[in-house]
Amino acid sequence: MAFVQQSSPHAHRARPTSRVMLWVMIAAVPGLFAQTLFFGWGNLINVVSCIAVAVASEAALLRLRKKPVAFFVRDNTAAVTGLLLGLSLPQFTPWWVSAVAVISAIVVAKQLYGGLGSNPFNPAMVGYALVLVSFPVAMTTNWAEPAMLWEGAPGFGETLATIASGQQTAVDGWTMATPLDEYKHKITTHTSAEVLAHPTFGAGIAKGWEWVNAAFLAGGLLLIGLRIISWHIPVGFLGGLVLMSLAFGNNADLYAPLSLHLLAGGTMLGAFFIATDPVSAATSHQGKLIYGAGIGILIFLIRTWGNYPDAVAFSVLLMNFAVPFIDHYTPPRTYGHHKPRRGVPGSQG
Amino acid sequence: MTQLWNFPGGIHPPERKDISTAHPIRRAGIPEHLILPLQQHIGNPAEAVVEVGERVLKGQKIADVKTGMGVPVHAPTSGVIESIVEHPVPHPSGMADWCITLRPDGEDQWCSRNPVSDFRTLDRDQVLGIIRDSGIAGMGGAGFPTSIKLRPPRDRKVSTLILNGAECEPYITADDMTMREKADEVVAGLKVMAWILRPERCVIGIEDNKPEAIAALRKATEGTRTEIAVIPTKYPSGGEKQLIQILTGMEVPSGGIPADIGVMCQNIGTAVAVAQAVFQGTPLIARIVTITGDAIDEPGNFEALIGTPIKYLLEQAGVHQDRLSRLVLGGPMMGYTLTTEAVPVTKTTNCVIAATAAELPAPPPEQPCIRCGLCAEVCPMELLPQQLFWHAKATEFEKAEHLNLFDCIECGACSYVCPSSIPLVQYYRFAKDEIRVQRAEQLKSARARERFEARQARLEREQEEKELRRKERAKAAAEAQAKKKADAEKAAAEGEAVDERAARSALVEQALARKKAKTGATTPPSATRATGEKPDIEDLQKQLDHARSKLETMQSMLDEAKAQQADNVEKLERAVAKNHDRVKRAEEALAEARDGPADRTTVSGPTH
Repeated sequence: MAFVQQSSPHAHRARPTSRVMLWVMIAAVPGLFAQTLFFGWGNLINVVSCIAVAVASEAALLRLRKKPVAFFVRDNTAAVTGLLLGLSLPQFTPWWVSAVAVISAIVVAKQLYGGLGSNPFNPAMVGYALVLVSFPVAMTTNWAEPAMLWEGAPGFGETLATIASGQQTAVDGWTMATPLDEYKHKITTHTSAEVLAHPTFGAGIAKGWEWVNAAFLAGGLLLIGLRIISWHIPVGFLGGLVLMSLAFGNNADLYAPLSLHLLAGGTMLGAFFIATDPVSAATSHQGKLIYGAGIGILIFLIRTWGNYPDAVAFSVLLMNFAVPFIDHYTPPRTYGHHKPRRGVPGSQG
Repeated sequence: MTQLWNFPGGIHPPERKDISTAHPIRRAGIPEHLILPLQQHIGNPAEAVVEVGERVLKGQKIADVKTGMGVPVHAPTSGVIESIVEHPVPHPSGMADWCITLRPDGEDQWCSRNPVSDFRTLDRDQVLGIIRDSGIAGMGGAGFPTSIKLRPPRDRKVSTLILNGAECEPYITADDMTMREKADEVVAGLKVMAWILRPERCVIGIEDNKPEAIAALRKATEGTRTEIAVIPTKYPSGGEKQLIQILTGMEVPSGGIPADIGVMCQNIGTAVAVAQAVFQGTPLIARIVTITGDAIDEPGNFEALIGTPIKYLLEQAGVHQDRLSRLVLGGPMMGYTLTTEAVPVTKTTNCVIAATAAELPAPPPEQPCIRCGLCAEVCPMELLPQQLFWHAKATEFEKAEHLNLFDCIECGACSYVCPSSIPLVQYYRFAKDEIRVQRAEQLKSARARERFEARQARLEREQEEKELRRKERAKAAAEAQAKKKADAEKAAAEGEAVDERAARSALVEQALARKKAKTGATTPPSATRATGEKPDIEDLQKQLDHARSKLETMQSMLDEAKAQQADNVEKLERAVAKNHDRVKRAEEALAEARDGPADRTTVSGPTH
């Protein structure tokens, strides 16, 4: 009889990519729940529609590229890209803006670069950055006002109608600038106390946002606990942001305070779910720390001195550019070697 | 308590060791045939020292390595050498190699043995000689001749001797059972090796999942300075480099050997073999093999004669052929699949897994790498497996080498955890092989270039020499030409030029005459005369006519010259006088020839 011929190792106990992605989605559920609780149905509708568009565009492109559609769609990576966009976009973003974001993420940033594993840039952030510069109004005026679902916030039908039509009449009065946006623009003419009196900040640090960020932090810790992501990128990310804030933004009357940096905006979602996309991140532990720190530093720079109130997308994309460079100069020291072999072959390492 | 260090990475695959430790070690018995590969060690293959048909005794040397590195092969039992043929041997490629096949006679009759009661009375080289002549090569898998390993380079003092009882691969329990049942022999072998090496420290490293073995060795080492180091169970703690790191905190330099940092690792089975060789005079003719897997009824360890076909052992353990899907030699992490159960047990065979399809299923299809980095997390060598994979796949071997590809120990931890089920180790093997081939080719082409350049230089040199010779010849020819010209002028000046043709024909005749003289000397004179007379006369007549016509020509030329008052009159007069003489001589010769018999020499005389 013929025995199976196989190269070692013969045993495998891997968690397949599809399950890794499933865990990422599960870990995002608390954040999505908090978003829905504090900002209404918008994010949930966005998440569902973005996942649908993402999977459909992935399937279409795989078909065009003559790749096995079912085999690749089942890896859940397109769904995660859709999920991340759905979680990031403003609650009342018109559907076509979301669709443009998702399609450019999957088609341009991912499939045109060769599909899963070959994209140098984080697909979700490419989509986000694209619509942010293309539809600046839609991307800044569609943030829901933080209000508990039972406080009379727009219902599911109203939200869906707003997203489907792109008309804000149904939810008029329920949109509001984000805390970071508010602070950034008011602090030039007001004191910190005056700015923080705005209802978007609520009684705590940033009404609703603080809970959403806390929920994403919890989900992120779950991913670290499951060893789906390593701690290096989030620690670098948050560390870079904290150090910059303490070093340069310590005056609350001039700059947003550290608490806002950490718990308002997309900080935790970015640190644990977006920057940790392995495909477009650095490789070694040291590299991941540098990569994460770079993102944290850039976020602070753009939020404080740039044009945009939040900066996760741009910071991630800028550091994506730096990944090959980081990788060349941060290899670990291999067993039996005195020092790591940095640089490229032929160069002085 | 021995201080322990950790090594980075590592994995915890299901151990599955308990399935083969239920029974004590069983004796496998003597199969119908024993197949003894001539090469079971690293080095040169052994050459048979017995003839086909010869009866050999148990323990008799049947093959040896005459020159270079290697160890002999011994007959595991008494019997008759049946053949020396190519037979499938355990090898990842499934290749065949030269083997001696022995048909046991069932008497199991020993040859004479020379046990050493106190090895301390011998010198070290004698003990090393016993180890070498007992055919002992590292039994952990590599098969490096133990006697050579035990004699490290002079400048490499071994201060720590490690006995590797980690046995970190799942399934394998051969060392575990050996330590449990033969602890005294393990320690005795370690003592011999320690006596040879004189290390400052002797450590036996055992993973903490083998409490019985630990207890047995603790008992056997009571009162000695040998340390029993119980190390945490983590694959691949039994890798030589990892075990050294765990027990000493030191790293073997890349490309170096443990002796470079004063450490040596020996295998448990090797220690037992050394003890048996020295104290019982028994060569390495049997070893402990784990037969395990879900296709086996009664998995366990067997003391099998070297050369026992795997099939025989599988049958002893009760194999279910219908369930057997994959036959792995070694462990599930680093072992290789067999193509046939006909291969024999060799000195390095520690385990055979007869696995069912459910037990070791085919990996799911390969997906794209998502750079998750799990491979780097588990790599005990701290490599970047995914970068190596990208470079290997893109055949960017220079980059792969830059990332220390050759430090990979192929432990398989990266493949084990890869969520995209990429056969990473396979890619590394491919890259390593390609690089080795490229290097060999570079060497070959460098040599070819050297040869070509040497040939080119030789050809040029020859061409130059040829040219030089040609020039010399041309020079000589030119000189000769000039000389000839000068001579001719001289001759012409002496009025000889016109006579040249006559002189030449005279030369020819002279040669002819000499030839005739020769034939005349060898043939009867009468015959010569009969055949020689007539042509002679004719010849002479012709000569005479010729000389006369020439004389006439000369005379007319002389007359003409005289008429014209030319300055060559004198020359021509001399020529005419000479031709006149010649005519006269020709006439005399002709007359003589016509007059009858005369001496040959006188006949030819006038032509002079």
